[in-house]
Amino acid sequence: MRHFWTMFCHELRLLFISPSTYVAAVVFLTLMGGIYWFAIQQAALAGQQELLPVEIFFQLFWVPLFILVPLITMRSFAEERATGTLAALMTTPTHPLTIVLGKFFAAYVLYVLMWALALLFPVLAWYLLKDFCPDPRLLSLPSLIGGGIFVALSGLLYISVGILASSLTRSMLVASLLTSGALFVLIVMGGLLQLLPLETYESLSWLREPADYLRTFKHLEDFYGGVVDSRPFFLFTLGTVLSLILTTLNIQSKA
Amino acid sequence: MDATDVPAISVSHLCKIYGNYKAISDVSFTVKKGEIVGFLGPNGAGKSTTMRILAGLQPGTSGTAEICGVSVAREQFKTKSFLGYMPENNPLPLDLRVKEYLSFRARLKDIPADKVGKRVEEVMAACDLARTARNKLIGSLSKGFRQRVGIADALLSEPDVIILDEPTIGLDPHQILGIRKLISSLRGKKAVLISSHILPEIENVCDRVIIINTGVVVANGTPEALRREFLPTRHFVVTTSAGTEELAAILGVPAEAISENEQGQKLIEFPKDADCEGLLSKFEAAGVALSEFYEKKASLEDVFLAATQRVYDITSSLK
Repeated sequence: MRHFWTMFCHELRLLFISPSTYVAAVVFLTLMGGIYWFAIQQAALAGQQELLPVEIFFQLFWVPLFILVPLITMRSFAEERATGTLAALMTTPTHPLTIVLGKFFAAYVLYVLMWALALLFPVLAWYLLKDFCPDPRLLSLPSLIGGGIFVALSGLLYISVGILASSLTRSMLVASLLTSGALFVLIVMGGLLQLLPLETYESLSWLREPADYLRTFKHLEDFYGGVVDSRPFFLFTLGTVLSLILTTLNIQSKA
Repeated sequence: MDATDVPAISVSHLCKIYGNYKAISDVSFTVKKGEIVGFLGPNGAGKSTTMRILAGLQPGTSGTAEICGVSVAREQFKTKSFLGYMPENNPLPLDLRVKEYLSFRARLKDIPADKVGKRVEEVMAACDLARTARNKLIGSLSKGFRQRVGIADALLSEPDVIILDEPTIGLDPHQILGIRKLISSLRGKKAVLISSHILPEIENVCDRVIIINTGVVVANGTPEALRREFLPTRHFVVTTSAGTEELAAILGVPAEAISENEQGQKLIEFPKDADCEGLLSKFEAAGVALSEFYEKKASLEDVFLAATQRVYDITSSLK
């Protein structure tokens, strides 16, 4: 692991000089700005007891994810494999796990940075509107922090899945499609399982609890509602570790 | 065995099978410390596969590969620290500057942080990158300069073993000369294994040549030894007014062994074990005046063709 910082700094630098990072930033922040604008409008039309703008904002967190995560992660291994630089990297005395972790954390830092910028929208809106619209719903710090923790936690899994998809192919396009597909399955899987007639069939009734456990939106609601449960921590961390192990095995066997 | 006697590279009965395809079968050779060895073979012979196994990029199916006495399969990370490897096609990140890239590679190759800058300057100077290319993007460099970056990378950690897969491919004669000088300067210091299709280049630089074909080592030795082994005849060039029949009588060879080219030179063929020491005195005794007389040395290309052809003949006779 002695080369981790070298890999991490190198990868972070590559991400910051890559045009695709800036394309991702512009598209993501524009989309998030639009989503927050929509959230404020919806909250203004609804009554006091309805959802807060920040809660509506977080409920749509998955929309920009399909653009942001593939654009950040698609280059990591697919491009290196296509150009052959991965083989050159593997000829150094650097452990494949170190290479994977360096790439993963660099992408994750960028992901968190993008979200940190996006979370400035609620703060900015509150600051600009506080004098002529002193509505306390404009800035709900507990919801903002809870939602932020959820985004950071789930991001570990989503970025690791993107890195895994990138290690499976030489094509960045295929890697980004694989990532989007995997993210879709991960986000809606719990909800889809709940749509199954689990009550009707006795043999499937055991699936009810795992399906509930896999519901991403339920965890999100818990977090912005102020309930910080250990179960989602376990779920997302386990998924992340699994993805990173698979990525390491994959690049080790096919450098 | 004394530590100095341990070969820098030792390959024994190495075999690599992909599904039904045998990329290499029973490859064995050694390279001593300080020796420069050419690794030749036609396309698909198994050169790059052997080199990739030595570099720890893929495992062999059976057999052993050792770098400085350490097994590549068992202690991959240790052998990588003894090794500088330039892969085929020399893949490089195009959006980094030369100095940045070499500094990054130096850190990955365990060069202490306080010595990275000095070592990068040294290899850039050795590879003639320091003056013009140091701060250029790799993507904007010519093919020759990119090859130099690849070689500089292989030299960075001052490894005991350097493996260069086609280092002179696509270079102009000036650049080839530069690379040749650079590789020659490593003689006696590092073990170098070079694969190339440019055979005169290999002959100029290497102490020894290994020829591989269809996954088998078919020749291993100095170019001179391989000439003796693989070429059945010796050729002498003579320019004289004497006719073919007269020459045949003087030298005691059949007239069919003498041919004449467009320049009027006569090419005389002798079996490789014939005594050719007193040829000049035979001409002198016969009173034949010569304006030119020399032995035509067979090129490494002739040896290569003969060695690889022998395997084709054997394998086709087995079918």
